[in-house]
Amino acid sequence: MGLVFDWAWLPQLAHGLLITVEITVVCVLVGIVLGLLLALGRVYGGRLLSIPCSLYIQFFRGTPLLVQLLMVYYGFPTWGITLSPIMSGILALGLNTAAYQAEYFRGAIQAVQGGQMMAARSTGMSLAQAIRYIILPQAFRIVIPSWSNELILMLKYSSIVYMVTVMDIMGVGNTIAARHFSFFEVFIIVALLYLALVFIVSQLLRMVERHVQIPGLGEHAEHR
Amino acid sequence: MQLLLALLAVGLAIGTVIALLQVYAGHFLGVLAFLYEWLFRSIPALVLLFLFYFGPLQFGVSIPPFIAATLALGFRSSAYQSQIFRGAIQAIPHGQMMAARSMGMSRVRAIVSIILPQAFRLSLPAWSNEFSSVVKDTTLAYAVGLNEILRHARFITERYYNLAMLAYLTVALIFLVLTYSGNWSLGWLEKRLRIPGLEMAGVSGRGRNLSK
Amino acid sequence: MNLLKVENIHKRYGKEEVLKGVSFELKRGETKIVIGPSGTGKSTLLRCINRLSLPDKGQVWLEGEEITHSKSNINQLRAKIGFVFQDFNLFSHLTALKNVSIAPMKVMRMKKEKAAKLAMEELERVGLGDKADAYPAQLSGGQQQRVSIARALAMSPKLILFDEPTSALDPELIGEVLEVMINLAKDGMTMLVVSHEMGFARSVADEVIFMEHGVIVEQGPPQQLFSNPKHQRTGEFLHKITELYGETS
Repeated sequence: MGLVFDWAWLPQLAHGLLITVEITVVCVLVGIVLGLLLALGRVYGGRLLSIPCSLYIQFFRGTPLLVQLLMVYYGFPTWGITLSPIMSGILALGLNTAAYQAEYFRGAIQAVQGGQMMAARSTGMSLAQAIRYIILPQAFRIVIPSWSNELILMLKYSSIVYMVTVMDIMGVGNTIAARHFSFFEVFIIVALLYLALVFIVSQLLRMVERHVQIPGLGEHAEHR
Repeated sequence: MQLLLALLAVGLAIGTVIALLQVYAGHFLGVLAFLYEWLFRSIPALVLLFLFYFGPLQFGVSIPPFIAATLALGFRSSAYQSQIFRGAIQAIPHGQMMAARSMGMSRVRAIVSIILPQAFRLSLPAWSNEFSSVVKDTTLAYAVGLNEILRHARFITERYYNLAMLAYLTVALIFLVLTYSGNWSLGWLEKRLRIPGLEMAGVSGRGRNLSK
Repeated sequence: MNLLKVENIHKRYGKEEVLKGVSFELKRGETKIVIGPSGTGKSTLLRCINRLSLPDKGQVWLEGEEITHSKSNINQLRAKIGFVFQDFNLFSHLTALKNVSIAPMKVMRMKKEKAAKLAMEELERVGLGDKADAYPAQLSGGQQQRVSIARALAMSPKLILFDEPTSALDPELIGEVLEVMINLAKDGMTMLVVSHEMGFARSVADEVIFMEHGVIVEQGPPQQLFSNPKHQRTGEFLHKITELYGETS
């Protein structure tokens, strides 16, 4: 009952790792853009915009990620939209993370809001100017801790895409394991890979956080 | 559904233990507890599931999927729950413990009778967040062959190709209802158990600051 | 023509009517102080003047242009009115210099160098030239408030509104802010100040307006109000205030 292991597996897993990182980064970027728009819609959009935005957010936060993925991969084609497995994965993950990020942005915006918005408007700035020069620069800084959290979460949840045949770390791992019947070893390695990724990314994000700190301001706002 | 409950129970039990270890135990156990938490929070749920189900299989031990999933997701949830409880325990002023000990209570007694009841109340809001997460994570058990709802949806999809969207949408809405009713019940519980004035910072609602 | 004309302002918050028909005028160069018990709508009044709050009834005119009119270009009008808040509300992510220069740059479309020079001048005027590169969180309350006054001045306003500018400050820091305000008044700035600082009222105000329960009870030159008030309430209130705060010259 020895443990099987083949060094040849590593390059394959490395390739999977690349895919995992790629998917995570892209979907989080999608999430930022969409999330920001949703948050702005909710805070400044009046009833017309804020209700649909709110509905979107509630739907994507309240339903399981896997179901969302399956909806995109199996469901969209019935509407005529057929996407490659990777695209479906990125889209589903992106839509999901956008909903969470929208809430973080909203919290951050509302934290800066109030007094400083009044001050900005009092000097004659238009709403757009106030949002762009006063609210958003600060909101972005406040959001960083929650956002880092979200990045790491997405890193882990990206593993889901193997179910729609994407060859990320999980996909590769699964294939190798099935072929050689060495699930235990392979997935220990997979687990270690994820741990390493999470650790590295956390450290990087902590550096970024320190870099953009405003002197004297120790805002660590959002809880998760 | 049973998976959900079994899982939560495991998570709750172990989570509490871990949290307590982290706060009160000596150096060695405390560190172990932190390690446990970090491990089970950092490894993706799917990977855990695979390890627990397929792993033993390889060594000739066959664990029923239900048990494997419960353990895998249960341990994972316990890691998150321990974080919640730890926060709650640390939010309770140290004076409470001092007062309890001064009355002659042993450390264990103080923890059980004084600290824990308050900690649980404080944890409710965050715990209901975890609850929602867990509900959604049960879908992952599909990967090891569990999860009735998703299998039914899959079945429908294979038979009636163009009903796919509808099928999954329905599943999504079912989960939505589940999460909402769960959260609502927990909110109700929280109100019932609320002690006036006892709230964790950052959890209370934002007050309106009406200047004159 | 008066610089500022406020006519019959009514404002309601929920069930409570906070302003019940307030009217007064301000001539160029005049300094008027609004006093009264808390919660009588003094801050609301100020915010109605630059339309941060929209009055339910009544109008406000600045140099003949109606601020409260729905078609007015509110941003342009606000640029002519400076507002100093009780909580300073400095932009926390910008240095003192940027705080003062950002509005001239974005609203008046000034070039960066010119705005920076202007900002420096205003900061020196309030005595903070050496703190230009400091962030709000690094400044004391008094310094922050002075920066916020500089920020208002940078827009060359016709009128500055002060909403309890010293109420959030520690006693030792009040003096430096009042000093700046007194100098402004002496230089001829038109100011409308909501405050409890009686000493300040006595020395620079052209007129003191006493408000209670959303209406103006009495208004007149400080000497008259203090020594010979027409209404009993005025006298009572002034007595209580001077007792509490003592005489600050």
